[in-house]
Amino acid sequence: MHRILLCAVACATAAPIAQAQDSLPQMRDELKKLQQRIDELEGRVKDAESTATQAATQASNRPQSESALNPAVSVILNGVYANLRRDPTNYRINGLIPTMTDVAPPTRGFSLGESELAFAANIDHNFRGTLIGSISPDNDSIGVEEGTIQTIGLSNGFTIKAGRFFSAVGYQNQIHAHAWDFTDQPLAMKAFLGGQLNEDGIQFRWVAPTALYWDLGTELGRGRAFPASLSNGGKNGARSLNLFTHLGGDVGQSVSWQTGLSHLRTNPSDRRYDDVDSLGNAVTNSFSGTSRLWVIDGVLKWSPNGNPTYNNFKLQGEYFHRKEDGSLTFDTLSRALANGLASQQSGWYAQAVYQFLPQWRAGYRYDQLSSGTVNLDTSGSGLTAADFPILAGYKPKKHSVMVDWNPSEFSRIRLQFARDYSRMGEPDTQMFLQYIVSLGAHGAHRF
Amino acid sequence: MKTLYSIIAAAAFAAIAAPASAALNVFACEPEWAALAQELGGDKLSVFSAVTPMQDPHRIEARPSLVSRMRNADLVICSGSELEIGWLPLLFTQAGNDRIQPGSPGFIEASQYVVRLEIPKVIDRAMGDIHPSGNPHIHLDPRNIAKVAEVVTERLTQIDQANAATYRARAEDFNKRWGEAMQKWRQQAQPLKGMPIVVYHKDMSYFINWTGMREAGSLEPKPGIPPTPTHLAELVERMKRSPAKAVVYSPYNNPSAAQFLSQRANIPVVPLPFTVGGTPKAKDLFGLFDDTIERLLAVNQ
Repeated sequence: MHRILLCAVACATAAPIAQAQDSLPQMRDELKKLQQRIDELEGRVKDAESTATQAATQASNRPQSESALNPAVSVILNGVYANLRRDPTNYRINGLIPTMTDVAPPTRGFSLGESELAFAANIDHNFRGTLIGSISPDNDSIGVEEGTIQTIGLSNGFTIKAGRFFSAVGYQNQIHAHAWDFTDQPLAMKAFLGGQLNEDGIQFRWVAPTALYWDLGTELGRGRAFPASLSNGGKNGARSLNLFTHLGGDVGQSVSWQTGLSHLRTNPSDRRYDDVDSLGNAVTNSFSGTSRLWVIDGVLKWSPNGNPTYNNFKLQGEYFHRKEDGSLTFDTLSRALANGLASQQSGWYAQAVYQFLPQWRAGYRYDQLSSGTVNLDTSGSGLTAADFPILAGYKPKKHSVMVDWNPSEFSRIRLQFARDYSRMGEPDTQMFLQYIVSLGAHGAHRF
Repeated sequence: MKTLYSIIAAAAFAAIAAPASAALNVFACEPEWAALAQELGGDKLSVFSAVTPMQDPHRIEARPSLVSRMRNADLVICSGSELEIGWLPLLFTQAGNDRIQPGSPGFIEASQYVVRLEIPKVIDRAMGDIHPSGNPHIHLDPRNIAKVAEVVTERLTQIDQANAATYRARAEDFNKRWGEAMQKWRQQAQPLKGMPIVVYHKDMSYFINWTGMREAGSLEPKPGIPPTPTHLAELVERMKRSPAKAVVYSPYNNPSAAQFLSQRANIPVVPLPFTVGGTPKAKDLFGLFDDTIERLLAVNQ
């Protein structure tokens, strides 16, 4: 309609010019120009119309109610089928003091893993809050994995976090289980951090204003879990101290890296574990003293031009060294015989994961622990080393291979095989088939 | 000994103070916003782009070097609309920088200032990695660049008042040049009207909308899901019935799926710059549109 009208106007105005100049080609030229102008104007009208409608749509889509300020909610579900040669209820890591937390492989057959429920949002202009609960399927309990407030209003590179959080000791300890590259954690985490250490406390962290990434931080905690002990409760002050620093950067566009050093110092008192004595009777022993752990970690990631969508490679490793000094009480429940204990033990792992096709990754991990030197002073108790069978010298090892399929950013199906030499003289062959999915808010993962 | 201490102290002070005393640090999530900031701030700014043209802005990681950059940033410009959701939130929480937190003058979420396309009526992850607040790849409509330029200028003058006059003058100059360029592109892109193209990811929607082209399909079966053989076979069939004029892809896409379709359906494949630096000719925002239009015109015979 517009077009016809404008054409008519154009023709009417063009006609006298044409008569005057008597030039048909010029008239055609003018017409063409006018036509272009009309098209352009029509385009603008169309733009304006669509802008108006869409602005209206967007305005009406804006949430009006209080629910607009709901925190980001996400749920992680995971399930596993495990085929194990050895009964996981007998799981132990020989050569190192047991952690008394559940570090055994999942139960044989089908089992539901821990489901995670996460809420996160900025509280105000100063703080951000996060709550991550884990629902354990077997004992019907809900645990708090992380529950923190964290500053966002500080400047000059400072961040303070308080509450319960995964301690910044080593690399993988800070990563949630659903983002691990293998079904289970490395042996070193099982032996030195009781699986995964989350501490109640406060963390101070400072990022240096340098081009190369450099941070320094410290954590003061209650010492609620291994390598400290639950019985540390009831005392004022911080019973665990962690110091950490990281360096990180890029090499060209394709490689980025990070390395860290951390030192965790705790004073466990009455940290108990179960063992058997030289006659095979079950006993409960307990350790009190100081525990000092050093961890060196490193991770390197490669992808062509830094675009991990099609191919990428990740190399990760950590070395743990622990020094414990104190007294080990044998059979706390009846005989209660005191022994001196000084130990230096270590462990490490290295793993590599390669995404060879979009959605497909394969990886290998090697684990090794060393019982190191254990100086047990039994002069006062009259016991022998045979009364502490779990502490007998041993080098646990483990090989794991995995392949996983990631149909989207939100789902992963993994097959893993492992040959586990944690138990002295009883190698275990393990197979896991696992799914891990996330629902709800899009998570962001740490480097 | 005393002199040694003072040398060390001076060096340490220089190391800490140097980055702060230099030009205003601009952290752009994507190269297009880095280019825009450069146009508007010139040598008053030190501009960094987190993503390169070869990287998928959805997929990069919150790597340590980005935390460092974020820690020292005075202004952060990102597309937003959940495009950077996999990494940007971590940078905010790890950087310890209150100047650039969401809600402060130092953070610009560019997509909030333009009319967004493809806002889903139904939101369900079964539809792929969809963005509840609409398609985030807003920069390929030059009108959006003009709108975001206004916001960036306003923020620059607010944050760095000493150089406000410079920013205003540069903005005026940019607006003039951009306006003229838009006129030119509108003319040049006339023949593209109605041209059907197959895209890789839905990252060309704003360009398609602006030029009046037609999206005849996408190589990804669903946003963020890589091309599958079934979907490609279906596309080949569809192209046989009503062929598109071209199949296009961006530098961060793997060209093999585009080439597959191109060979089977006998339609030309056109690599597009997608962002500043995506092709040698797209060395700034002007070059980006020049080259995109030129490459499409070349196959629109």
